[in-house]
Amino acid sequence: MTVLEISDLHVRFGETLAVRGISLAIERGQTHCLVGESGCGKSVTALATMGLLARGGVRTAAHLRFQGTDMSGLDERAMARLRGDKMAMIFQEPMTSLNPAYTVGSQMAEVLRRHRRLSRRAALDRAAELLASVGITAPGLRLGQFPHQLSGGLRQRVMIAMALLCDPELLIADEPTTALDVTVQAQILRLLQQLQRDLGLALLLITHDLGIVARMAHRVSVMYAGEIVESGAVADVFLRPTHPYTRGLLDCIPVPGKVAPGVPLGSIPGVVPRIRAGFAGCGFRDRCVQAVAACATATPLQQAAADHAYLCRLPRDWTRAAA
Amino acid sequence: MSAAIEVIGARKMFRSKAGLFGTAREVRAVDGISFNLQAGGVLGVVGESGCGKSTLARMILGLLPMTSGSIRVDGHDLSSMDRRARARLIQPVFQDPYSSLNPRQSVADIVGLPLAAQGDMPPARRRERVMEMLARVGLSADHASRQPSQLSGGQRQRVAIARALVLRPRIVVCDEPTSALDVSVQAQILNLLAELRAELNLTYVFISHNLAVVEHIATEVAVMYLGRFVEQAPTADLFRAPAHPYTRALLASVLTPEPGAPIPDVGLGDTYPDPANIPPGCRFHPRCALARADCATHDPAEVARAGRKVACVLAAA
Repeated sequence: MTVLEISDLHVRFGETLAVRGISLAIERGQTHCLVGESGCGKSVTALATMGLLARGGVRTAAHLRFQGTDMSGLDERAMARLRGDKMAMIFQEPMTSLNPAYTVGSQMAEVLRRHRRLSRRAALDRAAELLASVGITAPGLRLGQFPHQLSGGLRQRVMIAMALLCDPELLIADEPTTALDVTVQAQILRLLQQLQRDLGLALLLITHDLGIVARMAHRVSVMYAGEIVESGAVADVFLRPTHPYTRGLLDCIPVPGKVAPGVPLGSIPGVVPRIRAGFAGCGFRDRCVQAVAACATATPLQQAAADHAYLCRLPRDWTRAAA
Repeated sequence: MSAAIEVIGARKMFRSKAGLFGTAREVRAVDGISFNLQAGGVLGVVGESGCGKSTLARMILGLLPMTSGSIRVDGHDLSSMDRRARARLIQPVFQDPYSSLNPRQSVADIVGLPLAAQGDMPPARRRERVMEMLARVGLSADHASRQPSQLSGGQRQRVAIARALVLRPRIVVCDEPTSALDVSVQAQILNLLAELRAELNLTYVFISHNLAVVEHIATEVAVMYLGRFVEQAPTADLFRAPAHPYTRALLASVLTPEPGAPIPDVGLGDTYPDPANIPPGCRFHPRCALARADCATHDPAEVARAGRKVACVLAAA
């Protein structure tokens, strides 16, 4: 069952085009990773989906379906009912999304009283249950604590528990482990994976880290300059990357044992462009060694395999020809 | 051959008060660190946040006084030097090129400042040296008149590197130099740092939480935990056969991009290290899956063997 279906989503802030016609679908029980570098539009895509764009952001889409109903026409009140209920979101820095002036317990109870009309007692019981389910020991103690009294890893577990309060169908996680130590990151990712399997969540995971994508995703969409430049099942995209950007990105990451000492890492020259209204052609062409004049106009969406698409004029076997 | 840099028994204590009427507690941020590094070497220092790695960097740079210990560069004790002499020997590259560059100065002024502060070079010669340095880090002449806000993150980090190298120092202390950058830009900066080291025979102390980055750039790695090095070895040896249980856990937590591979169970449990409350015995024992009874009482001495130093009773056996 398709939980979320985004079709031809555009977001602009004034003259800047942040998202340029992306489409993706997430099935129940699936993790879809949106990966790309800063400014590529991955976070804006999430915020636009949740109806949380900052002032000045303008969203248009062919449709934005959540469990079959189009959200693009919903007013703010209807969206607020969905958020925190059927769809929930967690952010990179839990300290910015938790209210420092209230205890963990009162923040969690507030959500349940608003969306589920539970009594305070029942809400606190449910909150304690959820804290335990995300691996927090002594949940009773944590309910009475303020966010600043918790470690970064604990705060992120609290955020996840809060997101799960109303049994959402869709969880959007935007760089949920980027602010954490690597050892804690592994614990939080294991938790997300386990919850996703147990609850059948559709998980939209936004990250810049290809290592996380490889291990968490069923499907992956690689974003660059507001577009999805390559998408498919995670094994297809990682083992047979076809867009020059995806290939470049995979060559850039240091992997222990991959590159001999003294040999430079692969790198992509240049910087990400800012895309303004009226921009045409491939957003990657200024950094692409394969670019030709035609790239200023045409970026066809091609199939590398049945379920593996890429946005580039190159034939799908170009890497063999180049090698 | 004497070491380019030698750190002996470096310690840093902070006093912190818990609450308004709380009693002062002692935080042992750096708790007795010694190492030496040959010219042209790169010591990668890895560890989790709060382990003291940035405090160590700031002491080497002279930005924080040591509680005890000494640091020598080419055999000269830094404590007897003034700031200018020290700046000629050691220079920093920090994590965030957005906050470490003065936003109101031009790139040329930022890079020229260390030369101006030395006060012994005529302005024309200084300008020449700055332009040389900018070209060397991959910036063009027209970047010189711009301000940091007009540059990308990667270009700013190139400016920071140019500023660090313009005095031709012996040692560069890099504190998370690529953590704020995107991976494609990180690769450019790592390649640049590697090139410059070979060309100018620089010695780096390279602090990072990212083991894959350290594996790529370092010749030696030190793993830091609650203020101490728990393992130190040549890079290839450490990655091939990590000896300390904490090193093994850190290596296991590196997520290489292998599709379908599981998220590792690092096995560190859910207690977190607190530098204000260092456990007795081996400081790692509350998180160690292999801890024995005596680990709670006996602080293991560092054992050196075949170029490797490890502080663990299991490795000593």
